[in-house]
Amino acid sequence: MTARTWLTQPAALMLFAALCCASVLIGATPIGPGALASANEDVWRIVLSSRLPRLAALVLTGAGLAICGVILQQIVRNRFVEPATTGGLDAAKMGMLIALTSMPQLGNLPRMFAALVFCLASSLLFVTAIRRLRLRNAVLVPVIGLMYGSVLNALAEFYAYQNNIMQSMQGWMLGDFSRVVQGNYEVIWIILPIVVASYLFAHRFTIVGMGADMATSLGLSYPAMVTFGLMLVAATIASTIITVGAIPFVGLIIPNLVSLYHGDNLARTLPLIALGGASFLLVCDIAGRLVIQPFEMPIGLTTGLLGGIMFLVLIWRKSR
Amino acid sequence: MISVQSLRKRYGEKVVVEDVNLDFPAGKLTSLIGPNGAGKTTLLMMMGRLLARSSGEVRLEGEDIAVLRPADFARRIATLRQSPDFNLRLTVDELVAYGRFPYSRGFLTAEDHAAIEQALAFVEIDHLRRAYIDELSGGQRQMAFLAMTIAQQTDCLLLDEPLNNLDMKHAVGIMRALRRLCDEQGRTVILVVHDINFAANYSDHIVAMKGGRVFRAAPVAQVVTSACLRELYGLDFEVSARPDGYFCNYFKPMGICK
Repeated sequence: MTARTWLTQPAALMLFAALCCASVLIGATPIGPGALASANEDVWRIVLSSRLPRLAALVLTGAGLAICGVILQQIVRNRFVEPATTGGLDAAKMGMLIALTSMPQLGNLPRMFAALVFCLASSLLFVTAIRRLRLRNAVLVPVIGLMYGSVLNALAEFYAYQNNIMQSMQGWMLGDFSRVVQGNYEVIWIILPIVVASYLFAHRFTIVGMGADMATSLGLSYPAMVTFGLMLVAATIASTIITVGAIPFVGLIIPNLVSLYHGDNLARTLPLIALGGASFLLVCDIAGRLVIQPFEMPIGLTTGLLGGIMFLVLIWRKSR
Repeated sequence: MISVQSLRKRYGEKVVVEDVNLDFPAGKLTSLIGPNGAGKTTLLMMMGRLLARSSGEVRLEGEDIAVLRPADFARRIATLRQSPDFNLRLTVDELVAYGRFPYSRGFLTAEDHAAIEQALAFVEIDHLRRAYIDELSGGQRQMAFLAMTIAQQTDCLLLDEPLNNLDMKHAVGIMRALRRLCDEQGRTVILVVHDINFAANYSDHIVAMKGGRVFRAAPVAQVVTSACLRELYGLDFEVSARPDGYFCNYFKPMGICK
């Protein structure tokens, strides 16, 4: 571990803690630190039923999506991929839509399962296709992924149009944490074991990023590991899309930024990636809550805007 | 000892490796030579389980390698492909530490750390340990990958063109390291090499391949002759066997060129 990592990690942790506090205190009903101490019942009800669930959802989603991004990047061996640029997000959307219309009486869990199955199938297809194509140009991979995602999205929209749920679909597809309250978001805790699992397997995911031959030579069962990684990704995507909607680009920017300063040894960088993802979402969420107070801007807009710009910068840097 | 029996690889109608039978002597350095498309790399990749064989067997100490578990296999045979397209930002010591994966599965013990230090010292890249792989020169990179393969501490190392794109100094450095691996540690090294002079001067044994078949497999002295090499490559050779080694001149052989 380099000296630099030791220096930055406590700083990153402190920033993260500060953001968590801010996230609890800021909102339509501003809460001062004093109000928490006063044990006012109304204040505590807001904190427990809305602010803390929201904080948990933000942190889990941010960490989960950033880790998803880096796992996909190892599997595809391309820095520009993440669930939004490989069709995974769109496939999950489609799965959820089909579950919603065909079995409307079912709750969150079966819907999440449908999204998971669609996302996994689509990711397997994409990874296999990219491997067959042997593209020379790194930028082409996410471009193909975006096209593939758009096709899936078009199919989903057509399906939604036929079933008359266009508007509600567009509504719940744009990532938004304002709906997160106690009782309707708990599914997202599934991300916690996923984060732990990905950390335990961090060495293996780094080896996956070395390519099939090197992984095999090091005694890793490459196909099994790729499938396992895609399952982790699909489960994370499915649980976030059910509870907070689609949040693009987190999985793209955070791993790339961490890699720039700390390299790609996931055994070492994965905690930073998780922390970075969570902090990034907290910043975007706080900004979204402050810009047009007392109303809120959906987080899908803020991350999409920030992430889109950073994605372009990354591509520009790479192809220069 | 690693041996190959009636090994064959075909893609559809095209036969790349045909009926290869070989015994690779243990603790020796064997070079696979031959013109492009002779099937050298294909043979090596089948021996390293990186390519499925069409028929035949590869045996390690008499045991078919297909039955070994991936982790066990990785503790006995290490394979390094030519200039791996590697785009991870790892430091040299991190990369070499991954060579210990077959043993530690990621969580390094004192023994693993010792093996890493030993491998770094062996190829003399201690001073580069904190450097990122993508910031190294081609020769240094190759040294780092070799150190990783050495840290794997397998009895047998399979290397596909480890000298590819290296300058003379690094090429000599790699070949010396491989020679020492055999002499000092008794490891079996099998490599594909295009430079006939390196093959002649550093190997114990040479396997010459042509058109997917074994053309000649013998100790160096029997393969490195002008007659044998001329037939193998379709090129005139002037081979001088000197006390300090061989020199194979195919650039402008004296008395043959008009």
